[in-house]
Amino acid sequence: MSEPTIGARTTAGDDIAHRLPGQDAGTAGGHQQAIDSGSRRWSSSGAARNGGLVVALALLCVVGWATAGSRFASLQNVEVILSLAAVTGVLAIGMTFVITAGGIDLSVGSVLGLASVWASTLATQAMAQQYGWVVMVGCALAVGLGAGLVNGVLIAYGRVVAFIATLAMLAAARGLAEIIAGRRTQIVTVDSFLDIFRGDLLGLPVIVWIFLVVAVAGWFLLNRTTFGRRTVAVGGNPEAARLAGINVRRHTLYLYGLTGLAAGIGAVMMLARTTAGSSTNGTLLELDTIAAVVVGGTLLAGGRGTIVGTVLGVLIFSTLTNVFIQNDLNSSVQAVAKGAIIVGAVLLQQWFARRDTATT
Amino acid sequence: MVSDDRHGGEAAHDAMERTQAPTATAAGRPLLEMRGIVKVFPGARALDGVDLEVLPGEVHCLLGQNGAGKSTLIKVLAGAHQPTEGQILIDGEPVTIPSPVAGLKLGVATIYQELDVVDGLTVAENVFLGHELDSAGFSRRREAARRTRELLARLGHGNISPHREVGTLSAAGKQVVSMARALSHDARVIVMDEPSAVLDTGEVATLFRIVRELKAQGVAVVYISHRMEEIRQIGDRITVLKDGRTVAQNLPVASTPTRELIRLMTGRTVEFDFPPRPGVPADAPVVLDVENLGLRGVFEDVSLQVRAGEVVGLAGLVGAGRSEILETLYGARRATTGSVRVDGQRLRPGSVGAAVGAGIGLAPEERKSQGLLLDEPVYRNITLSTFGRFARGGLLDERAERKVAREQVAALDLRPAQVERAARTLSGGNQQKAMLARWLVHGCRVLLLDEPTRGVDVGARAEIYGLVRRLADAGTAVLVVSSEIPEVLGLADRVLVVAEGRVVHQSAATEIDEHRVLDLVMEGSAA
Ligand SMILES: Nc1ncnc2c1ncn2[C@@H]1O[C@H](COP(=O)(O)OP(=O)(O)OP(=O)(O)O)[C@@H](O)[C@H]1O
Ligand SMILES: [Mg+2]
Repeated sequence: MSEPTIGARTTAGDDIAHRLPGQDAGTAGGHQQAIDSGSRRWSSSGAARNGGLVVALALLCVVGWATAGSRFASLQNVEVILSLAAVTGVLAIGMTFVITAGGIDLSVGSVLGLASVWASTLATQAMAQQYGWVVMVGCALAVGLGAGLVNGVLIAYGRVVAFIATLAMLAAARGLAEIIAGRRTQIVTVDSFLDIFRGDLLGLPVIVWIFLVVAVAGWFLLNRTTFGRRTVAVGGNPEAARLAGINVRRHTLYLYGLTGLAAGIGAVMMLARTTAGSSTNGTLLELDTIAAVVVGGTLLAGGRGTIVGTVLGVLIFSTLTNVFIQNDLNSSVQAVAKGAIIVGAVLLQQWFARRDTATT
Repeated sequence: MVSDDRHGGEAAHDAMERTQAPTATAAGRPLLEMRGIVKVFPGARALDGVDLEVLPGEVHCLLGQNGAGKSTLIKVLAGAHQPTEGQILIDGEPVTIPSPVAGLKLGVATIYQELDVVDGLTVAENVFLGHELDSAGFSRRREAARRTRELLARLGHGNISPHREVGTLSAAGKQVVSMARALSHDARVIVMDEPSAVLDTGEVATLFRIVRELKAQGVAVVYISHRMEEIRQIGDRITVLKDGRTVAQNLPVASTPTRELIRLMTGRTVEFDFPPRPGVPADAPVVLDVENLGLRGVFEDVSLQVRAGEVVGLAGLVGAGRSEILETLYGARRATTGSVRVDGQRLRPGSVGAAVGAGIGLAPEERKSQGLLLDEPVYRNITLSTFGRFARGGLLDERAERKVAREQVAALDLRPAQVERAARTLSGGNQQKAMLARWLVHGCRVLLLDEPTRGVDVGARAEIYGLVRRLADAGTAVLVVSSEIPEVLGLADRVLVVAEGRVVHQSAATEIDEHRVLDLVMEGSAA
């Protein structure tokens, strides 16, 4: 910390022979100021993008209200939408980190399934009856984290491409879940678990609270901590990050651990919502998750991520689903609409990206 | 670096005047004219009324400080940027150049400052990118390969195979491919934006030979460089830009003193030489101690010591293995033999973390691909290796980061002085300053500088030299790689000459001159 003064001293030092009094700092400063405010406005284009998402969400709500009236616009329905968003939301927060760092995790849905099954086996539940719900939660988190770390080791140290490593995990975790569950659905009977996670707190379902807490923590982690800064650096330019002394491999390991952990949390929420551990839990959830993250504005190429955008992306999709259900439209139409939204969002992203960099 | 021309009267000019030398009427009508070009980026007025006039068969040099707008101007000419205002005339006819393809059609070929080759494609594919040779839709690969081979041979690089993947070439190799591409277009104007920055002395000579050939064919060359001696050798007329404006146009190279050019560029009189070398006291401790370091197939048996307060220079050709030596002792490559010690402590090989922890900093050669987060603000680039130090318990302190970044920006005169700006929008030389700032904030025991003044303008060079010397005086051990031999000789206390991955000579900088270094390099390469 004492070193910066070496550089700083040169600022004040008049020892730079050729800086002559002719340079009028005054006018230059004024000019600079004007430019500064301009560029700051510009750099807030991230906020502008989130604004676009808010508008999209509002439009969806208007459509929902117009077509389904008070069935849509009720407090109860808002709760439904949020509960629907909660599981995908938690996964998407984790995914935002991996994608910001230039990676991808296709295994989150399967890992969620595996964790939910493992945490609800007869043995686990028997232990939970004895020692409390913590056993189930601990089990789900440990399985999620463990699977994530396996991904991480393969990608960071085994140098397997993320897409392939997590694709393998997608298959393996689902298979393992089926083996454990024997294709049966395991009903959750631990009352202490159900009481807590199916309950309400201050008028909101607990799983919605979990989503909120994870989202806030995720925002904080990405924007305010060294972990977040490293994530952006690794995604923006891995070689530069490495040469600046960041341990890129270890950080990559942590990132996949983080998505795995998020899948574990998702498993707990899924167990609470469906009251059953099934090897089909979380099937195709990875696609919804990635879609929400990308629609939210996180760059698939890495280097830029937004938690607020991710949350909005998740809400847009769950509201869309809700509007369709309220109007008794079948899921095929819904799938088409989803596809359209994804394409639209990516086109918009590219348009913004082009404007940002102008031409290079 | 800057030869101090004493001839020629020092007319007291006003900084903003236009020196309109009489146009060489013998050469006839200008081939290319740009009038009143303005280019506004969001938040920056990069060009603010630039005039340029280029005659057929001349080498027209474009001079200006970092960020003056040279690259922006030639991107406007190439069709990569659209001007906000202004007119472009070719053969006296007003034209619009909506895209690079349109620019090529009009006969304007450009070698960009930032390498613009596609790493995943072969050399031949890169050369003919965008104007692939085909007949009836089938690409004529053999023909493309043949013509590529010809072009490469003309550039003195017949040894590069047209089928080689460009990603496997060095920066200099990529530059050659980029030049071959420009030549493949039969252009009437070839624009070269700091082409010599990644080339060594021999390659620059080849480049000049080609420029003279082009000239003889009536092709006009617009040449950008921060190296005055190159302008002297090859240039015919000069246009000087400052802060996005033309401050002097069509100055004849032969009769304009360097001192005058620098005054026009910087708006001040730069009076400099290399900073004085106080000499390293005999009892100064050895900070960096490298023993028998080797990397199989690249370099071997490199031993060197750098004492506190000493600047050691590595001279040699591009490709001699100097950058690799730096990267290896920094841990970015895993050494196959030997050891690196800092303050007597042996470093774990192949670990950048260990090197940084021991106080080594590296400002790499290719700042875009190895150094910067282009979309992140300048201050985060400056604090990329230190943000953890400002943080408390994992929580970032961005205010402190901005503050220290602002100090560095002021100290290095980085422009524009806005730390929130994305690194991508800085000019090449200013990006280099941001890289240096990173390690100044870090405060190193050992600083490794790979081509620290590549693309840096005259004024800022002087500042960087001064800075390196001040760091050394404060006890830092500095190891500098540079392809500009005068720079190594002027800046360093001690010089090591590297050829073909071996240290072939070692002596005090004052005991060796440029010719001797070149001889050593040639001998070493021949062996
Ligand atoms: N895409 C962009 N967005 C905003 N500002 C830009 C952009 N590109 C360039 N600029 C600004 O325009 C100015 C001129 O930049 P330019 O790259 O043309 O300088 P240059 O004369 O080529 O400098 P150098 O010698 O360092 O290469 C600089 O202040 C730069 O920050
Ligand atoms: Mg430039």
